[in-house]
Amino acid sequence: MQDFAEAFRLAFGLVGSADPDLIEIVVLSLRVSFTALLISCAIGLTLGAFLAIARFPGRGALLVLVNALMGLPPVVVGLFVYMMLSRAGPLGVMQLLYTPTAMIIAQTILITPIIAALSRQVIEDLNGEYADFFRSVSVPMADRLWALLWDARFSLLTVALAGFGRAVAEVGAVMIVGGNIDHLTRVMTTAIALETSKGDLALALALGIILLGIALAVNAAVMGLKTQAVRHAYA
Amino acid sequence: MRMHDAAEALSLVRPRPAGDADNLQTADVKGLVFQAGGRRLIDGVDLTINPGPITMIMGPNGAGKSLLLRLLHGLLTPTSGSVSWNGEKAGDGTRKRQAMVFQKPVLLRRSVAANVDFVLKLKNGRNRTERIERRNALLHSVGLSDHAKQPARLLSGGEQQRLALIRALASEPGVLFLDEPTASLDPASVLMIENAVSEAHLKGVKIIFITHDIGQVKRLGDEVVFMAKGRVTEQTSVPAFVSAPRSKEADAYLNGRLVI
Amino acid sequence: MKMKRIFPLALAAALAGGLTLALSLPAQADDTSIILQSTTSTANSGLYDHLLPKFSEKTGITVNVVAVGTGQAIKNAQNGDGDVLLVHAKPAEERFVADGFGVKRFDVMYNDFIIVGPASDPAGIAGKSDVATALKAIAESQAVFTSRGDDSGTHKKEKALWTAAGVDPSEASGTWYRETGSGMGATLNAAVGMDAYALTDRGTWIAFKNKGDFKIVVEGDEALFNQYGVILVNPEKHAHVKAEEGQAFIDWILSAEGQQAIAEYKLDGQQLFFPNAGKEGS
Repeated sequence: MQDFAEAFRLAFGLVGSADPDLIEIVVLSLRVSFTALLISCAIGLTLGAFLAIARFPGRGALLVLVNALMGLPPVVVGLFVYMMLSRAGPLGVMQLLYTPTAMIIAQTILITPIIAALSRQVIEDLNGEYADFFRSVSVPMADRLWALLWDARFSLLTVALAGFGRAVAEVGAVMIVGGNIDHLTRVMTTAIALETSKGDLALALALGIILLGIALAVNAAVMGLKTQAVRHAYA
Repeated sequence: MRMHDAAEALSLVRPRPAGDADNLQTADVKGLVFQAGGRRLIDGVDLTINPGPITMIMGPNGAGKSLLLRLLHGLLTPTSGSVSWNGEKAGDGTRKRQAMVFQKPVLLRRSVAANVDFVLKLKNGRNRTERIERRNALLHSVGLSDHAKQPARLLSGGEQQRLALIRALASEPGVLFLDEPTASLDPASVLMIENAVSEAHLKGVKIIFITHDIGQVKRLGDEVVFMAKGRVTEQTSVPAFVSAPRSKEADAYLNGRLVI
Repeated sequence: MKMKRIFPLALAAALAGGLTLALSLPAQADDTSIILQSTTSTANSGLYDHLLPKFSEKTGITVNVVAVGTGQAIKNAQNGDGDVLLVHAKPAEERFVADGFGVKRFDVMYNDFIIVGPASDPAGIAGKSDVATALKAIAESQAVFTSRGDDSGTHKKEKALWTAAGVDPSEASGTWYRETGSGMGATLNAAVGMDAYALTDRGTWIAFKNKGDFKIVVEGDEALFNQYGVILVNPEKHAHVKAEEGQAFIDWILSAEGQQAIAEYKLDGQQLFFPNAGKEGS
């Protein structure tokens, strides 16, 4: 397939020439997905830690629900957010549809369950080790949560990476709520979808290669930090 | 080990008179039963623990020593019967004035110093300077000063248990429980732990200590509570216990016979 | 030990950076912009990239294009999620205006539909100019045909053409008649992949890059005429509609200047859209 060779040539050409349109959509992709990740971590880590150590009626059902929500189809999330933010929807007055904020909302809904479910597992394992000590010293709930989150921070980085990967790679939700508007809401994945629909498969694949490169760079940076930190300060 | 350093450091534990009612050092155990999986693991224990002596709990594996300790500390709820400290039921309220060193040390994934700081911050509103002074003194008392910045989990077994002990002492407990803290440790660590426990006792901390080591009982203990099959078979002074145990289970145990 | 200090710093930096990014994001499009609900066929052809800079330069108004199928574009506009509608399904557009969602419909331009197919031409329809005959031949030979199947303007047109040819292809759905349920480009990709015939607008086809050995097999029938209309979303239904800016865009695209700009747009030397403003619709 000469499309593959052509795709790599295009990818390197775009990156090499620092194509301004490319930079714009890459920066927007990262902005949207990182912001969604930050919000998701604030909500998801708190919820995950709470689910890990609290015992209450209905906890089992809630765990099943959160785990199931990890499989939310992006298109369904997009549709839901569209219906909420549409002018005809309950939050229409906020004028958020077809803005990066709408995309952040959709991705936040998409990845918060992932952060919550995976961090719940990590923190529950650590709490299994710490529980006796915490009870013996009568550590208040808030201090327990914070101590577990802090001591599990390197494992939780991996959880955050999983969330980021899902956010930056999804197309269904941001396409619907962002509208793929050039210079406003066009991100890597919607640009790939657009080029595919134009039949320009080589350019679409080239954008895919660049997206993969970005994902690799982010993962490598985080894993590098984690390995170093574990080696030096943590066992 | 620098005995005099330990004494100096532990002088920071506030001296309190033995038997101080505020410290809830008198335990009353009545008809205590703990059942799990259909088995009575603690099978009717009646016991009074007085504030003064260092109490050593002995007995074969499976006798229920660790369970009794957890029930005394209020970590477990009895199936029936009761544990009370100076009349107050064992639980969240009494536990705040107690500390425990577990058989397998539970250390936070942090530095040695941060492990001690965690308890110091939680238990008293000391200012930062005082806290650091106290932490350094505690570390010094068990020879861990040079390890302060190391990850706690990278310490040797003996060092980990020493850290767990001073972290327990950092909360200034009225009662200190120790669940076989020196099992399979190097002699130097055993000595440092025994010294630190003695010093704490001198400052008025009630000590309740599980061990299998009769030598340790002789070195450290004032009285022995002997358990077998979920029951307390005798509670006597150490010299009396060593020379002539009253129960046949204790006799068999001391003479190295299997108790079934 | 150094790493221990670096981690909190890195975390703090990441948080601070993230927050800055989040706060720097525009909460919404600025006030001098309008949202144009339009179709993939016009957007994919590159027409807007040619037209909109001219309009923005003249008026300072930014036009944000949401390119979806005609059916969805109309639905979005009914919800008030757009200021101007530019689509190609006249009956649906007239209903949109009649129901009070739009102010008034104007003809803007037309292009035409074509049927494309593989060079092997299994139904033997190459060169025919009568679309009804061609569709009948496809049905009879059971040659594979890909349909948009998405309620878009092109899909509505295709269904009308089948009806005119006296064929009901829905019975054959899943056999030789395959509904992709996706946009024009995706449907053409599918057609090329399956050696199937497809109905497409000429603009999308000329701009389309994944043609393989496909050729135009049927063109030129008047029934293939594809009229585009433009409508201002009714501010009486949705008070937030930027009527002034939206009307400025409509006035411009219907003006001599706008019409000329449409005529000027060429791809591979071919004119894609033919301006025909002036005939007022309903």
